[in-house]
Amino acid sequence: MTPPGALGTVLWVILPYVALVTFVLGHVWRYRYDKFGWTTRSSQLYESRLLRIGSPVFHFGILVVLVGHVMGLLVPASWTAAAGITEHAYHVTAVALGTVAGVCTLGGLAVLIYRRRTVGPVFSATTANDKLMYAVLTLVIVLGLAATVAANIAGGGYDYRATISPWFRSVFYLRPDPALMAGAPVLFQLHALSALVLFALWPFTRLVHMLTAPVGYLTRPYIVYRSRDVQLGAHAPRRGWERT
Amino acid sequence: MPRSEAPVGRVMAQMAMVMNLDKCIGCHTCSVTCKQAWTNRSGVEYVWFNNVETRPGQGYPRRYEDQDTWRGGWGLNRRGRLALKAGGRFKKLLSIFSNPKLPALDDYYEPWTYDYETLTDAPLQEHSPVARPKSLITGKDMKISWSANWDDDLGGSPDHGDKDVLLAGVAEKVKFEFEQTFMFYLPRICEHCLNPSCAASCPSGAIYKRTEDGIVLVDQDRCRGWRMCVSGCPYKKVYFNHRTGKAEKCTFCFPRVEVGIPTVCSETCVGRLRYIGLVLYDADRVLEAASVPDDTDLYEAQRQVLLDPNDPRVVAAAEREGIPRDWIEAAQRSPVHALINTYKVALPLHPEYRTMPMVWYVPPLSPVVDAVRDTGHDAEDRDNLFAAVDALRIPVDYLAQLFTAGDPAPVDAVLRRLAAMRSYMRDINLGREPDESIPAGVGMAGEQMYDMYRLLALAKYDERYVIPPAHAEQAHRLEELATECSLDREGGPGMGGSGPFGESSGGTSPIAVENFRMLQTRQTSDTLAAPDDKAARVNLLNWDGKGRPEGLFPPERHHDADPRDTDSHDPGQESEPQP
Repeated sequence: MTPPGALGTVLWVILPYVALVTFVLGHVWRYRYDKFGWTTRSSQLYESRLLRIGSPVFHFGILVVLVGHVMGLLVPASWTAAAGITEHAYHVTAVALGTVAGVCTLGGLAVLIYRRRTVGPVFSATTANDKLMYAVLTLVIVLGLAATVAANIAGGGYDYRATISPWFRSVFYLRPDPALMAGAPVLFQLHALSALVLFALWPFTRLVHMLTAPVGYLTRPYIVYRSRDVQLGAHAPRRGWERT
Repeated sequence: MPRSEAPVGRVMAQMAMVMNLDKCIGCHTCSVTCKQAWTNRSGVEYVWFNNVETRPGQGYPRRYEDQDTWRGGWGLNRRGRLALKAGGRFKKLLSIFSNPKLPALDDYYEPWTYDYETLTDAPLQEHSPVARPKSLITGKDMKISWSANWDDDLGGSPDHGDKDVLLAGVAEKVKFEFEQTFMFYLPRICEHCLNPSCAASCPSGAIYKRTEDGIVLVDQDRCRGWRMCVSGCPYKKVYFNHRTGKAEKCTFCFPRVEVGIPTVCSETCVGRLRYIGLVLYDADRVLEAASVPDDTDLYEAQRQVLLDPNDPRVVAAAEREGIPRDWIEAAQRSPVHALINTYKVALPLHPEYRTMPMVWYVPPLSPVVDAVRDTGHDAEDRDNLFAAVDALRIPVDYLAQLFTAGDPAPVDAVLRRLAAMRSYMRDINLGREPDESIPAGVGMAGEQMYDMYRLLALAKYDERYVIPPAHAEQAHRLEELATECSLDREGGPGMGGSGPFGESSGGTSPIAVENFRMLQTRQTSDTLAAPDDKAARVNLLNWDGKGRPEGLFPPERHHDADPRDTDSHDPGQESEPQP
């Protein structure tokens, strides 16, 4: 248990804002200065058999996990109650779906990490940045899964919607309440902390590809026409010499 | 003609190419110069924007024409509407995490280099040291078993000649025994299609078609490496850079074309077989033409989409769309338009992919001529040649598989025109009275046939390449001309020829398509993907002769009082290469 006070303020007030600001400004900076580096850096050309299994399992798993987090953290318990969903029904669904998705995510990630380590070309295309990202990402997922399993399946169940979710929302209301987190089980606390670290790293890793998920493809016309760049050459014209 | 009755829709200009296959000697100069100009970087070792295939053969990548496997291009769905063969938007997004139809490196080849260093620093030994092949992917020793031109000149055909996808559509069995077979070369670049399926497959919308000249380009800043374009292109002419994680493709050398000079592959073509020019087309009719139900009607439909630039209504419509006057005039003089629509000797490559490709081919008469000559008959006699075109079904059917979705009639007609030109011109060259019945027999006038001969055989530079420069009024700012000082810009060091930190410091100088980051990567790294765990290796092709690239010389060793070293206290300085 974290004692409330100075440490609590650092962990549940200062750190979230640092991570949040880094996440937002980092992406802005990266988008402005490194559009060329903004890519999935796919390694499918080197190896596709293991990727064929690992990548979809991981990605679909983590998309379900993401939806689960949005539901659990952003939707207040009072709303679901108003919609006529009992706490018990919500809890059972969330734990069952969350556990399955979490296991898929972790399994997929295991296949992907195994592939990354054992397939020569893939391994030599792995940068130090990737290794750090994989370590933190795995930690977040393992801790999250462990917290769910420990609290709900082994233990008697923990209603995070009474503590963690209000704290999470309080950060966005700009009225952070560290006391709410102080009582949470330590695995949940570690999961949240590691996730904050991941968010701070996010803009500087290949994870940026998530922010440009191509949903626009569903609505845009098939063939894109574009005019030749207004600016010809490698640099902008001098002031007073722009094209008219 | 019904064509001139129909109202002219939205007129667009397209930069297009025609290749005269009779003249291709398979020297690969186009491929090599293209590679030197565009893809001599790491990550694109296996990439050939331009490649030359021997046909019959598997092509590059292997069996790329097998669309039952790769699902590239467009097809008609059950309702007869045009749809991507690999599936629509939802299916693409659902399979985005692992593209199911991406060719593996094995379908191309594993790029390699040789361990040349051993040749110079191996210790004294009984046998000569050898330079072993090293994979550019893993850095390890490798056994070379395939490359971009492994089956060049039918090499190895008895073993794998039957893997050519097109042979399934040719009724008679093609023999691969010497003296019983035929072959020709097929140079290929990106088709810069009117209906590009790579662009349609790109989830990010990074591939676009330029409105001014129809060149299809990848926006390197918007590409996110989803790889769907590689699968979507039936010609497999979009490649994945495995180091930058971005798609790259032939750019039709747009920095050159913009200033009115031909592409590198055309400029350096030894056989002078390439033609570049504009065609005007009706953008409103592209979809309709690409959706005709019968595959064999696609050639004609595609030809009909191209407009007659001499038709005053077309000219008026083009001016309405803002196409500059000099571009319309260039379209009127276009050799491409002449070969496609006036002489009707150029055919599109695989129209059945329904992408409306814009690199067309004059099919080779040489397999027919060779066969006639080998029998001892006169290979320039019209009747002999016509009889041979009728009799030699295998080459004709094969060409029909390539150019007309299997319909031999248009190929027959083209070959007859080429044969007629051959015998008609022989009379003229020998000073005999030209036989006007020869051109009349293939629906041409004698003068027209002579003009065709001039374009195909004499092929003067300024008749082969009719390329109007882009935006003539701003040509001084186009990259290749670079008549403006690259440092003479806002915030730049100003008038001097060199920046504050010596020569070539300061801003980025204009380097065609490469942006600064690619340039920097190219100049600073040439090791494998993770440079730290590999010994340095220098690609001299990328060295511009200035400075000393890292790893050009082995690391400096400090000897204790070696008498030979007395006058070379700074070996790096001494061995600075002189230009």
